Amino acid sequence: MKTLISNGLIIDPSQNYSEQADLIIENGRVLDIGSKGKFSGLKPEETFDANGLWVVPGLVDLHVHFREPGFEGKENVESGSKAAVLGGYTTVCAMPNTKPVNDNAYLTRYMIEKAAQVGLCSVLPIGALTKGSLGKEMSPLSELREAGCIAFSDDGEPIYDAGLMRRALEWCSMFGAVICCHEEDKTLTRGGVMNESALSARLGLPGMPTVAEDVMVARDIELARYTKGKVHICHVSTARSLELVRRAKNDGILVTCEVTPHHLHLTEECVCEYDTNSKMSPPLRSETDVIALRQGLKDGSIDAIASDHAPHELDSKNVEFCKASFGIIGLQTNLPLILDFVRDRTISAVQAVNLLSSGPARSLGIEAGTIKKGSMANITLIDPDFEWSLKAESIVSKSKNTPFIGRIFNGIAKHVFYKGVLKVQNSKLTGN
Amino acid sequence: MAKHLLGIQDLSKEDLLYYLKSAQNFIEVSLRDIKKVPSLRGKTIVNLFLEPSTRTRTSFEIAGNRLSADVVTINGVDSSVNKGETLLDTVQTLAAMSPDILVIRHKESGCAKFLARHIPNLSIVNAGDGMHEHPTQALLDCLTLEQHFAEKIHGKLTIAIVGDIIHSRVARSNIYAHGLLGNKIRLIGPPTLLPEYFGSKECLGHNLSGKQQIEIFHNLKEGLKGVDVVMCLRMQLERQDSFFVPTIGDYSREFRINQSHIDSICPEAVLFHPGPVNRGVEVSSNVAYGDNSLVNKQVANGIALRMAVLFNLASGNRAQEI
Repeated sequence: MKTLISNGLIIDPSQNYSEQADLIIENGRVLDIGSKGKFSGLKPEETFDANGLWVVPGLVDLHVHFREPGFEGKENVESGSKAAVLGGYTTVCAMPNTKPVNDNAYLTRYMIEKAAQVGLCSVLPIGALTKGSLGKEMSPLSELREAGCIAFSDDGEPIYDAGLMRRALEWCSMFGAVICCHEEDKTLTRGGVMNESALSARLGLPGMPTVAEDVMVARDIELARYTKGKVHICHVSTARSLELVRRAKNDGILVTCEVTPHHLHLTEECVCEYDTNSKMSPPLRSETDVIALRQGLKDGSIDAIASDHAPHELDSKNVEFCKASFGIIGLQTNLPLILDFVRDRTISAVQAVNLLSSGPARSLGIEAGTIKKGSMANITLIDPDFEWSLKAESIVSKSKNTPFIGRIFNGIAKHVFYKGVLKVQNSKLTGN
Repeated sequence: MAKHLLGIQDLSKEDLLYYLKSAQNFIEVSLRDIKKVPSLRGKTIVNLFLEPSTRTRTSFEIAGNRLSADVVTINGVDSSVNKGETLLDTVQTLAAMSPDILVIRHKESGCAKFLARHIPNLSIVNAGDGMHEHPTQALLDCLTLEQHFAEKIHGKLTIAIVGDIIHSRVARSNIYAHGLLGNKIRLIGPPTLLPEYFGSKECLGHNLSGKQQIEIFHNLKEGLKGVDVVMCLRMQLERQDSFFVPTIGDYSREFRINQSHIDSICPEAVLFHPGPVNRGVEVSSNVAYGDNSLVNKQVANGIALRMAVLFNLASGNRAQEI
């Protein structure tokens, strides 16, 4: 069975490729890429006209919460996978803060199996770095690795014990696994619910100072330098943290970082009316931080866009601001929010695709984010200018906690192939 | 007049002066032998106090009673919130009983706004929300100042607010109020309880006129020079678990207002305190209720001011219905 995707703008940052061309899929893998008409002799059974579309590697999200097991009322692997593939994603990395925490091989295998049953995209578990993510003892990292964890993290919780972090980095360096760090010194944030600033003082809300992130980023960069281990900084939100990462990269330290679309688009001003869909951790920051992060997209100091897709049901958001859960969903809105930066010429199309696919894959060393000859046919066809608006009912996540409902977006994932099978056609699930 | 009183931040100068003028008319009621007028007969007021309070709660209750409204007061300990009900559900239940006004005291900042957004057809009075606002306190402070200083409250005063600014809703509401009135505002406290950004326009200075500014002092004696009013804040002992002060004793050593400060730096100044007073912590006992103190005047004026607020909001509703 051969499928031809003809005459699209093929953008594959993993091989520095960006041309109007044809791509042919056979048996779930990319058979070849070549100039228009080149493969007509191969007699493909199916042909997709990709004229006007971008043909890119299936998008990769390093940071999602699928809540299963334990919080299936918020999301599960199935609903999360649907949101992912509709958003153009074929690979997502699931954080371990499920209940119980994913700190053992059984749970890791369960998640992988569940995702395979759903079969819409690859769900790669990130294992808990410490047992129960309590920060006291290390999880069985080698066993988790064998079971299928592609990285380790206590996401949501910082690793306070620098000694443990050091040894974990040393251990992981044996097999090149990355430790993903939620950087927040909670002795500095202490019950904070928004960015600490003149605005938090005005609103009378306890603040989370930028320095709470910065001190942990600085520490982990130094530990990465010392151990030669690999650190990935999750959801960078401050100008200073980004600057620390930039300098570390210049020094040759093995550090990568991700940033979320909401930290690139929104400022703390969104909290003004105590809107709980603007409550997340790290919090929305100042305009200065947002400008610095956008600069980081441009100059390449940011490796990946990640959604930090954090579903929460209405009941945990429709409460007083301090009581509301942290986080918003993002899988269905990431792509157009990043395409905005192509339109305003902050970044090129190739940069955008890189940040959404090849870049994240490279950060954690996972096999994805490429459409090289022979690679898995995970391919997303993007209509870069298609205008649409987000309605609550078009959100397929179980939770609708996003500040973007009603917003007009440009750009959408039109067709998505996962392992060569068409999962999304005309921005709708095919049922395949 | 707006439907709610959520904060001084939302008021215009005209609104503020209107409340003061209206309150002046109600002062006299409390001086009568029969302390009651029929103004709100047939109106229902629910006081929902989900945080400990003595003076504010009692003051709202008495104010409602003296206007002949039917007043129901619910304390945190008695309420369903303690049985796990959400605040929104509790208030929606109360709203279904058709009160005219809900007075809410709650420990979460922004909760009065939150309720106003979700529950239409109910006037909400913020009786203190977390560290955000306490509008009736600021209004009664203005009323007390007007009695003492008369016309000078219109831009001729220098007001010092001293102490635990960061945790204080009273400070925030008073800063807005004196922003509107055009008075000079000084904030005095240690950097831990008074970050520099409290002086910025983005923080609390949105209604300051051109030359007006909020001055920050980390030294008590310097800050008190030349002030007309010293507003001493309660040191919020219950919020001091995050190393805001080395010890309470150290706080007192640096910022307690003693008689000697008053005598040597600002002998003409009047002293305000929103209560309850931690005697000897933020203010020495003899100063708290001494010659310069207007603390008891504040409490007395609280009744008249709250009568004015309840009357204007409740009768505003009546006007709409007709």
